[in-house]
Amino acid sequence: MNISRSSTSERLSAQAHFRTLRRDTPFQPRIDSLARTNDWYNWGGFRAPNSLWDEELEYFAIRSQCALFDISPMTKYSIEGPDAEAFCNRLTLRDVSKLKPGRVHYTAWCDDDGFVLDDGTLFRHSATRFRLCCQERHLPWLLDSAIGFDVSVEEETEQVAGLALQGPTSFACLRAAGFGGVERLKPFDLAQFPHENGQVTISRTGFTGDLGYELFIERDLALSLWDRLMEAGALHGIRAIGYAALNRARLEAGLIVANADFVPAESALRADRRRMPDEIGLGFMVDAGKGHFNGRRAILEARAKKKQRHVLVGLEIEGNIPAEHAIVYHRKSQEVGLVSAAMWSPMVKRNIAIASLDCPFGDTVTEDLWVEIYAMRELKYERLMKRAKVVPRPFMKLERRTATPPADF
Amino acid sequence: MTSSSRSIRDVVVVGGGHNGLACAALLARDGRNVLLLEADAELGGPARTEEFFPGFRASTAHLLNRFHPELVRLLALERHGLVLTGQPFMPSVALARDGNHLVLHGAYGEALTGASAAEQRAWRELRAQLLRQAGILKPFLARRPPEPGSRDPGDLIALGKAALALKRLGKEEMRDFLRVFLMNVNDLLDEQLTDLRLKGLLAFDAVLGSHLGPRSPTSLLGLYYRLAGEIGGAAGAQLVPRGGMASVVDALRQAAESAGATVLTGAPVSRILVEHGRATGVALADGQEVRAGCVVSAINPRSTFFDLVGAPALDTGFVRKVKNIRMKGDVAKLHLALDGVPDFPGLLPEDMGGRLVIAPSPDHVERAFNPAKYGAFSPEPVMEIVLPSLSDPAMAPAGCCTLSAVVQYAPHVLKEGWDVGRPKLLGAIMAQLEIYAPGIGGMVRHAELLTPADIEARYRMPGGHWHHGELQADQMLFSRPVSGWSGYDTPIEGLYLAGAGSHPGGGISGVPGMNAARRVMEGVR
Repeated sequence: MNISRSSTSERLSAQAHFRTLRRDTPFQPRIDSLARTNDWYNWGGFRAPNSLWDEELEYFAIRSQCALFDISPMTKYSIEGPDAEAFCNRLTLRDVSKLKPGRVHYTAWCDDDGFVLDDGTLFRHSATRFRLCCQERHLPWLLDSAIGFDVSVEEETEQVAGLALQGPTSFACLRAAGFGGVERLKPFDLAQFPHENGQVTISRTGFTGDLGYELFIERDLALSLWDRLMEAGALHGIRAIGYAALNRARLEAGLIVANADFVPAESALRADRRRMPDEIGLGFMVDAGKGHFNGRRAILEARAKKKQRHVLVGLEIEGNIPAEHAIVYHRKSQEVGLVSAAMWSPMVKRNIAIASLDCPFGDTVTEDLWVEIYAMRELKYERLMKRAKVVPRPFMKLERRTATPPADF
Repeated sequence: MTSSSRSIRDVVVVGGGHNGLACAALLARDGRNVLLLEADAELGGPARTEEFFPGFRASTAHLLNRFHPELVRLLALERHGLVLTGQPFMPSVALARDGNHLVLHGAYGEALTGASAAEQRAWRELRAQLLRQAGILKPFLARRPPEPGSRDPGDLIALGKAALALKRLGKEEMRDFLRVFLMNVNDLLDEQLTDLRLKGLLAFDAVLGSHLGPRSPTSLLGLYYRLAGEIGGAAGAQLVPRGGMASVVDALRQAAESAGATVLTGAPVSRILVEHGRATGVALADGQEVRAGCVVSAINPRSTFFDLVGAPALDTGFVRKVKNIRMKGDVAKLHLALDGVPDFPGLLPEDMGGRLVIAPSPDHVERAFNPAKYGAFSPEPVMEIVLPSLSDPAMAPAGCCTLSAVVQYAPHVLKEGWDVGRPKLLGAIMAQLEIYAPGIGGMVRHAELLTPADIEARYRMPGGHWHHGELQADQMLFSRPVSGWSGYDTPIEGLYLAGAGSHPGGGISGVPGMNAARRVMEGVR
């Protein structure tokens, strides 16, 4: 892209999404008809279900059956051109030259100062065509990042509908729906399958740590895809779910969420809230040897000067009271961090949490950590000081997540 | 060239304008093995002297008013043929239609003739005040700009000194300085002066070279910048050195070469080589590569990063900042080959060698600016005129005369296009000249009008901007060329900037080159 292209007016017209205050996704008619709790939340400007009928049972649909979750609000960009790989390599932390066509990887990208702008998944359709999926909108950043590359970047959030189908029977459901060949998909593989007069992209990816798939389709074919899955999945226990259930599953899988577990650098109002990849557990993505990428200089300098100030850890907390947004203490007295997500995990049968701690706590000092839980009990807070232990993430690993071919039911 | 293609240099300087030469000379003098590469066949950029018509010669940058004395001293430029003393400073003449011209003599109007006694008194006061205030800013120009929030001892000392200088002004004048320094020049002039000719001249000088009118906020800064320059120890002075502007370029070249630098012309650089975030040398257009410990780019910052380094090797936020540097030139340059010396009625012979300014009033300058905002030029352009052949007969054939004029407000992107607009602008300029020098039109043997588009192409200056970036408050000091990188180094380790696009800015000062050389000598960051 040359420097003068994409004028201000062109950019504005490409970002008109905010003018509709609460958008519907292409699946809204189906979701509305299932929404018995009428429990909505705002996902990036979209009306999205927090729960549909029962948060608890929706969670168990992920772990015991298969759950259908509308991911259409996820921000999506199409990246295409001879320099698409080089563009993605400069934009993101991981080495995109190692990402083969037909593969997906989880990655993140930073600003000049090495602070994380967002994390997301990069889908490689071909040598020259990618799709980037993430939480926040980034079009101006992506367009400015395209200067000097022969690549086009287009927002496709509204045009492309997405579904996550997650759970032990998700493969059986897809097979029953007639997606022959899906059994060959290994974790992080993607492939195209015919649907009606179009194509659906199915990848073996997800946000649950379980066997599962994500499906992307142009919006006009969205409803018929939903119907096809629901019909085929009826005998496999398919259930539509809301975000609360997914949020539990992702925590068990140890996955982090932008705006929940870290503040994306562009939206952080306070300078000390921004985080480098090393500070939110994404340091493994940084490929210092691959050539230049945004934030490289700052990240390597911070590493060389040992300037890491925060660390993101998994915690196991005694008892069974979720420690959501609890303060973490060292020796019960010194405040050293905050829990950003917590739950009693039915899968691991433990009280788990993700927390951000100030170094060296959680990094070299891991003993004598406590969380302070305020449990509301009939208009009275019970203050609990519970011992916390730093444990590796994910909190659980399911064999069925990676078994290929996946188990049929 | 073959020998250097294999060798490893300490420093490669890209660009043989006066800043590149100054930087190369200083680094060579410091004992470094320096190679300077100039794309053009000739050194000096717009400071070089060119024959624009058989026998007639001119320099696009046609006078000196801020060549830094420190540079002259460090490089002993006087030993290399630069003569800045022993000749009177050029006066500035505010031309009047009725021939009652007003003349600022000496160093920016030490004496004023042609004005009332009251106006002369008012001018003495204003001049002294402007020079005192410019003096506060002056020390900042000859060093790296202090970074906001910096704890660097040098920065703190510079800020402390400025605070002290402010305090020394006394409470009232300190308050007044803080009141006016971001003001527009027009309103300040209205407070203190009445003579439209004088106000027109000062308003013109304040906005010369920038995309501002006298009533634009902050336009006074341009006048401070002008007065922060000095020649021969006299603030605000101006002259053409003996031997013309070419003698500046020649002296710098000699200084560089005698210090051991290799200076190559006709050697365009196509790429700055970057490995693992570090500049390792340059590739020339002919394919040869020169390895170097560090690379100094004395060309435009946008060209440096977008054309030679390439945006992909940089961070997006930095690219965004460089992309947003405002550098659309708004000045045209006229060279006339004249059959004889034009007659400016009312102008004394000794003032003919001065700087002749057509800017009859601040309103006139403002009106000339208005169309430029919308991609057009004024039918009554304002300009400064120099007749270089009067002081240096070599600039024109015997009996003939060269006229060199800087014409303010010629937008880089002209709505009707410069192919159509160029002859129209020339016509408008000639109509103005005809008012002040009747009959001049009949003496023109040849006219060369360089629009910003021509200046861009001829001197490789994006936007045709002689400062390589608007010199306004948002692009000064720690925001020049971009915020966070104002100290001559860049996000690419071992790559430095040394051109007018860096602090303090343009004009033939040599200061960016000098400051950059010092930065390189300071060594690793």
